[in-house]
Amino acid sequence: MSESTTSSKHVSFLEYKGKYKGLLGWIFSTDHKRVGLLYLYTMLVFFSIAATLGLLMKLQMLAPGHTLMGPQTYNAMFTVHGIIMIFVIVVPGLPAVFGNFFLPLMIGAKDVAFPRLNLASWWIYVIGILVVLSSQFIGGWPDTGWTFYAPYSFQTPVNIVPALVGATIMGFSSILTGINFIVTIHRMRAPGMTWFKMPLFPWTLYATAWIQVLATPVIGITLLLTLMERLLGVGIFDPRLGGDPILYQHLFWIYSHPAVYIMILPGMGVISEIIPVFSRKSIYGYKAIVLSSLAIAFVGYFVWGHHMFTSGMSGRALYAFSFLTFLVAIPSAIKVFNWVSTMHKGSLLLQTPFYWAVSFIFVFMIGGLTGLVLGSLATNVHVHDTYFVVAHFHFIVFGGTGYSFMAAIHYWFPKMFGRMYDRSWANIGWVTFFAGFLSLYTPMFVLGLQGMPRRYYDYLPEFHAWHIFSTLGSILMIAGAAIVIINLVRSSRHGQKTSEKNPWGGKTLEWQADTPPTLENWEEVPTVTQKPYEYK
Amino acid sequence: MEKNAEHTSHVHRDDEADKLGMWLFIFTELLLFGMLFLMYAVYRYRNPVAFQLGGEEIDVVIGVINTVILLISSATVAMSITAIQRGKKTQALLFLGTTLIIAVVFLVNKYFEWGTKIEYGFYPGGEALLELGHGTVLFFGLYYIMSGIHALHIIIGIGLFIYVFQQIRAEKIHKTDYVWLENTGLYWHLVDLIWIFLFPLFYLIH
Repeated sequence: MSESTTSSKHVSFLEYKGKYKGLLGWIFSTDHKRVGLLYLYTMLVFFSIAATLGLLMKLQMLAPGHTLMGPQTYNAMFTVHGIIMIFVIVVPGLPAVFGNFFLPLMIGAKDVAFPRLNLASWWIYVIGILVVLSSQFIGGWPDTGWTFYAPYSFQTPVNIVPALVGATIMGFSSILTGINFIVTIHRMRAPGMTWFKMPLFPWTLYATAWIQVLATPVIGITLLLTLMERLLGVGIFDPRLGGDPILYQHLFWIYSHPAVYIMILPGMGVISEIIPVFSRKSIYGYKAIVLSSLAIAFVGYFVWGHHMFTSGMSGRALYAFSFLTFLVAIPSAIKVFNWVSTMHKGSLLLQTPFYWAVSFIFVFMIGGLTGLVLGSLATNVHVHDTYFVVAHFHFIVFGGTGYSFMAAIHYWFPKMFGRMYDRSWANIGWVTFFAGFLSLYTPMFVLGLQGMPRRYYDYLPEFHAWHIFSTLGSILMIAGAAIVIINLVRSSRHGQKTSEKNPWGGKTLEWQADTPPTLENWEEVPTVTQKPYEYK
Repeated sequence: MEKNAEHTSHVHRDDEADKLGMWLFIFTELLLFGMLFLMYAVYRYRNPVAFQLGGEEIDVVIGVINTVILLISSATVAMSITAIQRGKKTQALLFLGTTLIIAVVFLVNKYFEWGTKIEYGFYPGGEALLELGHGTVLFFGLYYIMSGIHALHIIIGIGLFIYVFQQIRAEKIHKTDYVWLENTGLYWHLVDLIWIFLFPLFYLIH
């Protein structure tokens, strides 16, 4: 790989002054790195809001009965918590922040294929968020749950229109990012970087982008149809006019199941980057990881029915969906096997990104195995719509996307900001968060098996003990998250300055760029001769 | 500004990438309409008689006219691309202008077609429609949704044609740089292709 030279005239993208100054220089910048950071800051704000809503719900559940809030407020809270966390945080999540920032750097490009479209994606995303939030002022918060199930979504007295329109608008943003990444990966890889010399994070972004392009239009049309149903009464999902609400569920999950792979695949890519670097070993089974990513993206399209085992489907369809659900677990298990094998006999570098990565594998495995409990027909009937589902979902999505997001930001932070975070506070934050996470969600498995239904603001006294446990866990977890976030935000301004190009000893291209990178990343585009992760 | 004077912005042009991006966008459109066709299939299977009777209510003459002119417009936009490749600006503008006019005529026809039905109370929530039972409500619901979303694509197409027309006149699109026109043409062929499926499903099958 080529050695790029450093000279004093290099100006980092953070200090670069273009046509506009100050804030305008950010919100009108087409630089992929600035767009990535715009997404990061937006998500930071909305994650704090949605996490606060989550904490308030847990505090309500501390004791049975009407304590903090009533049923309508509770419904609105879990709906808005869900809409923000799903559509604003985890779906765009890693691709929008780290994909934008690091995809061009990792494949040796100067920017993404369509930089202006990339900036437009962020604008569309922000407009979508504002439309969703406007429901606060026109007709009250939505109360349908983030799934907008028919027929309730066009019968509820509160105004669901802004939430539907906003979610559709954010879908456009997701599609445009997907198109941008596919074209970038096809057309802009550095000389010598063949498909199988590409690092694994870009590979998972590629698989994710295909899901974004091929699945998101389905949710777009589904939400638009719900909108028309509510405003015009076309009858498509309305049983009073001959429509079929089960068809809504099918269309919704045809998108929303592949969407969980939009959430988790880039996270798997990040873990595949971090494990070899901190084990000082080549990744075990590079091609198996690549192919399993593509397999997850492909098989993930055909398992949507497992969300509807109790909704009413033919027996044959139930068996098929259950079987396919078991099938999609295999490529995920292949990845876990490869990560663990990579660590085997490696010389482990025990640093914060590695802690997050290893704890990712742990919570992801629990989430995955409980997913099989839900995927098998006999057990699903018993735990459907209980806290078991809530626990499984948070282990996979928060445990998967959240932990890999934390791993990614602690891994790439010095490259992004040219400063180092406080390592001991980062580790304290991780321990607190991890302990809080486990004590928050593990009791939910037990509660679910005992029959506690999800989305209820109240419960029977026999569930009280586990709820107290869970609420205390949530307070601990929020404390951990606060330590991590405050440490990172403080360090991005006051952390120790560094211009070291490669603090972790990574072998992928982004570590050859300046720290922080310059406007167009490279003086001269590097030529690639080796596979990634070649440790000797 | 002085600080970064040595950074001259690098102009990156890749027509292949632009076309690849357009094709991916077309995939998303196919998925979007694909779900509507899926719904049509489900509801037609469940309400065969109502869908047959509904189809007889729809004006075949206007449908045929719109199909023919839309096919012609697909040809004229392709001819416009060939003209620009040969450097014949006036010819390209002429063909593009024809396409634009046809798109407007298509919408005018649609206006009369819908107008007549709405007059008789055949619209979602209309009393005349609700009296005819569930199957017919679904048939006309799908008819308005699918041809309505298609008409929205025609309107977007008109916007694109106006933009591209201006760009050709201003010599921004010319013999060696015409990917905008080409992508607009691709989009228009998609709009045409979707109509080719909508037309038999609503106007011809009885």
